[in-house]
Amino acid sequence: MKISVNGESEKILGGTLMNYIINKGLKPDAVIVEYNYKLIKKAEWENILLKKNDNLEILSIVGGG
Amino acid sequence: MEDELLKIGDRVFKNRLFTGTGKFASKELIPSMLEASGSELITVALRRVDFSSKTENILDYIPENITLLPNTSGARTADEAVRIARIAREAGCGNLIKIEIITDMKYLMPDNYETLLAVEILVKEGFVVLPYVLPDLPLAKRLEEAGAAAVMPLGSPIGSNRGLETASLIEMLVENCLVPVIVDAGIGRPSHAAKAMEMGADAVLVNTAISSAEDPAIMGKAFSLAVKAGRYAYLAEIAQESKLAVASSPLTGFLR
Amino acid sequence: MSFYKIIEEFKNFDFNGYFKKVTDEDIRKTLLKEKLSYKDFLNLLSTKAQDHLEIIANRAHKSTVQYFGRVINLFMPLYISNYCSNECIYCGFNKKNRILRKKLSFKEIEEECREIAKTQIRHILLLTGGDRAASPPEFIREAVKILKKYFSSISIEVYQMDENEYLMLKNAGVDGLTIYQEVYDEEIYSKVHLSGEKRDYLDRLDAPERGAKAGFRMVNTGALMGLGETRSEAFFCGMHAKYLDDKYLDTEISISLPRLREAEGGFKPNFCISDKSFVQFMLACRLFIPRAGLTVSTRESPELRDRLIYLGATRLSAGSRTGVGGYAGKKEENTPQFVISDNRSVDEIVSTLKAKGFQPVFKDWELF
Repeated sequence: MKISVNGESEKILGGTLMNYIINKGLKPDAVIVEYNYKLIKKAEWENILLKKNDNLEILSIVGGG
Repeated sequence: MEDELLKIGDRVFKNRLFTGTGKFASKELIPSMLEASGSELITVALRRVDFSSKTENILDYIPENITLLPNTSGARTADEAVRIARIAREAGCGNLIKIEIITDMKYLMPDNYETLLAVEILVKEGFVVLPYVLPDLPLAKRLEEAGAAAVMPLGSPIGSNRGLETASLIEMLVENCLVPVIVDAGIGRPSHAAKAMEMGADAVLVNTAISSAEDPAIMGKAFSLAVKAGRYAYLAEIAQESKLAVASSPLTGFLR
Repeated sequence: MSFYKIIEEFKNFDFNGYFKKVTDEDIRKTLLKEKLSYKDFLNLLSTKAQDHLEIIANRAHKSTVQYFGRVINLFMPLYISNYCSNECIYCGFNKKNRILRKKLSFKEIEEECREIAKTQIRHILLLTGGDRAASPPEFIREAVKILKKYFSSISIEVYQMDENEYLMLKNAGVDGLTIYQEVYDEEIYSKVHLSGEKRDYLDRLDAPERGAKAGFRMVNTGALMGLGETRSEAFFCGMHAKYLDDKYLDTEISISLPRLREAEGGFKPNFCISDKSFVQFMLACRLFIPRAGLTVSTRESPELRDRLIYLGATRLSAGSRTGVGGYAGKKEENTPQFVISDNRSVDEIVSTLKAKGFQPVFKDWELF
């Protein structure tokens, strides 16, 4: 199914949000996720099943002035 | 010589040099810079993850006791800044936030108007808000009224390294603001930082000048010393002035 | 060339007219400048400037600290003779006044020195009345030699001398000359100096310059405020000091603006000068000539003198006696040249200065 991740369209097979993050090769502690424009605490990632047209913003803290 | 601690929100700082994590050649240079400079607060930003590169957690390079100041860089409106602030807090960065709203891509001037809007919203949500602005006294007073924890006037446009072009405007803020005045942007040399502190600024924020130096640790130390020098110079003048009467015309009031 | 040339240029200058036209904007512009012109000086002397006194005072204080540090030089006057052949109607030593005339012997001078040397003072202002016959230059020279044994710096305030005489005294160890024009207005000058050598206006006017030429390290000029119209007199005081300051680069110039007090004989000043104006004039001088010293005598009250150290003053007399001798404890009724307001001892003044964050300096010059 298609979801939107960081403004780009992506095809995934489904699964939980946590699955998605791990499969992407991301460290859960290093990223923040907005799921459908809402901030989701890490504890909840296991409980969210991704569905069609979901919108994910995956952010991290980076260097900045 | 004793200086009073700098109070911002519920934090206190002994070191009046604030630093940033931007533009380091490598993140490994950050810990030694922090150690050499003694800086107790460092800015970070929020960005979309770049999937093509490894996610490194910049927080791994920042010791636990250093206060994080996430900024809202990238935001072009108050709403975007608010969103970033909430994300940053959620990410565990604490409740400090530097508002940086830039719509002008040519000079990178902050949008003072949107910044005021963002401050009003975020203060109500319990953030400790530090707005980055073009120095403007009436605006600064509004920011104060809205509950900003400090005001961060720019010294000169980001990246220009022209030092305190806005010195006379910053002076106005120093003289009239009740909240701390933290000079940000445009500080290219330790002497700029010393000058800002001599003028009475409460702190300075220096990022690029340190991170892009050949040796950020040494440059960080240089800035730290400059900030101390400027601060002591300022305190020395204040100490003498307080010997005279607290009256509004201490020198000639007796002649009335 | 004489300073008189400058006085002539202002002979027909309408001071009152100029002062009336000074605006707030003029004052602001003046205060933005580093180097002040004579017009800026006039602006600062105008009534308008009194509305800006605190800002002017601030600048003057900063300038003083910048050029002089937080330092006050202290000195003591020693009168060794009050014989006078001049008839100056404002002065206690006026030859027509029936006062006890006295001249110290060298022994007495030495006693005075010993007494003064018990204080921390090391800088003496040696004074005589205006009588050449009674206290000739040689007498003064011998007195100076005695003083030299006890003190490191000696200035003289005596009758007008020529350049050779000044040179002679300089070689004997005098390093400073104090001589006041008293009043720059020629007409008034002739009205208050009725007879005697001092009546010669031009000779008096050029005396400080002769002193500078002779090589005195320090020359102190001034006018007796109250004899003439105060603003224009303050103007000429400043202009005279500036003239000397610019022309004689190796001479330290100092200005005094002594306010006329009632002397024996009861002369009352023709013109009034309030504390406010007095302070204003000092501040104006300070800004006009940043490197000139400003001397304040004990004519002024302790309270005012304590304020004046923040308002440009750099030299104060301390523990003064203005009668002849007077330090070595002789109980004679000795007519003072003027009545002293600040009767504090040297130690008292020293403590006050230190409490206010100033360093009292007794000795800032030692001739090799």
